[in-house]
Amino acid sequence: MTELGTISFGLLIIFAAVGGAAVLTWFERRLLGVWQDRYGPNRLGPFGVLQVAADMLKLLTKHDWVPPFADRLVFVFAPTAIVVAMLLGFAVVPFGPDLYVLDINIGLLFFLGMTSLAVYSVLLGGLASNNKYALLGGLRSAAQMVSYEVFMGLSLMGVVMLTGSFSMRDIVEAQRDVWYCVPQVLGLFTFMIAGIAESHRLPFDLPEAEHELTAGFHTEYGGMKFAMFMLGEYLGLILICCMITTLFFGGWLGPVLPPVVWFCLKVFALICFFVLLRAAIPRPRYDQLMSLGWKIMLPLTLFNLLLTGAIALWMEG
Amino acid sequence: MFKALMSQVRTIWTILQHSFTRAETVQYPEQKPYLAPRYRGRIVLTKDPDGEERCVACNLCAVACPVDCIALQQGVKEDGRWYPEFFRINFSRCIMCGMCEEACPTNAIQLTPDFEMCEYNRSSMVYEKEHLQIEGTGKYHDYNFYRVAGLAITGKDKGQAENEATPIDVKSLLP
Repeated sequence: MTELGTISFGLLIIFAAVGGAAVLTWFERRLLGVWQDRYGPNRLGPFGVLQVAADMLKLLTKHDWVPPFADRLVFVFAPTAIVVAMLLGFAVVPFGPDLYVLDINIGLLFFLGMTSLAVYSVLLGGLASNNKYALLGGLRSAAQMVSYEVFMGLSLMGVVMLTGSFSMRDIVEAQRDVWYCVPQVLGLFTFMIAGIAESHRLPFDLPEAEHELTAGFHTEYGGMKFAMFMLGEYLGLILICCMITTLFFGGWLGPVLPPVVWFCLKVFALICFFVLLRAAIPRPRYDQLMSLGWKIMLPLTLFNLLLTGAIALWMEG
Repeated sequence: MFKALMSQVRTIWTILQHSFTRAETVQYPEQKPYLAPRYRGRIVLTKDPDGEERCVACNLCAVACPVDCIALQQGVKEDGRWYPEFFRINFSRCIMCGMCEEACPTNAIQLTPDFEMCEYNRSSMVYEKEHLQIEGTGKYHDYNFYRVAGLAITGKDKGQAENEATPIDVKSLLP
């Protein structure tokens, strides 16, 4: 692609991702409604889809308020960090054989780095709010991220081992025969759990746990700054689903339909699954979350790594 | 550990099955729920089968009302009947508990299944007698207080009510 083409495609991705995240707020509520035997927002426009516009208008017209006791600079900066980090993460996602912004030979590491950066947003948001609930939320998120980041990276090493490359395109190309969800089923399982924890979605939304911490790290946020946090969270969800698709479900590969359609279908199905998890599974206690991360998921990941390495060596030898 | 995992999987499966169950929601303004006749909603004052107002302004409803939202004043008609000169219910205070209906000795005050009484002004929630009074008998079709009560009114003396014996003159020696 030419430079101009790359830039315009990048802009397209940004708009598509932000738009997708906005629509997802409505879609998730409708889907949750289906699974909880109710309707969800269905009044505004066809199927209630204009709810998105209404929510946006409401958030835009809200008083943009910074509490006097907050650390003003960090308070304003924090919500942008998560959105920027998540949007940068989209740069390495290959949407099709030639549809990507960036194909670097460390694509996977770039993605891991960007999701890690998003933690700062939550952490700083909680810290700068100068509020005990927000601080507790930030504290929790820091511990959760540290614990789950460890095996998030490790769970992907099986994929890297089988492909022999960190480049996302190579990883997809290597799945022509069989998707990595079959040989790397343990990796998929652990990565998915780490992904939910990373995007702090519902079973692992302890940083915001509204029943315990009012709203956790974004207790003091309102208006567009709050919207940025929500946007970042939904972007994170889409990004994780894109990554799972790319790494374990063969990315754009698929018969008949064009590659991009296949990619979007897979991502869509995964998003539905994540919403299902939200509808079904209750939030664990904080110490349960920690012990699950360190005592079960980390050994499981290491075992998977060992097994994959042994099998890879055996196949070669 | 494995058991716990299977429990989570079973939960997910159960929730997934709910994709095919109907929503429980009643889409209210378009779709009205069924309300039983004894539902406790807007309060009305009823009339007896003869078309006279039932309320005798005894004030029992006002006493029974836990939020003191009923105000009335008793008056006496020429024929000896009692009636409320004014009867006022402040519905912005009313909690629809139905105590007034239970307290009423003449079945005059009754609660109806209508609850859609929103107003833009608080003062519009204060209902006067002409707003409360309805033409019908409400839930009790045959009851007429003056026909069963011993009170004497024009056209009905003591002892003429239903199941009422003629009064005995205790100062007379005659059998």
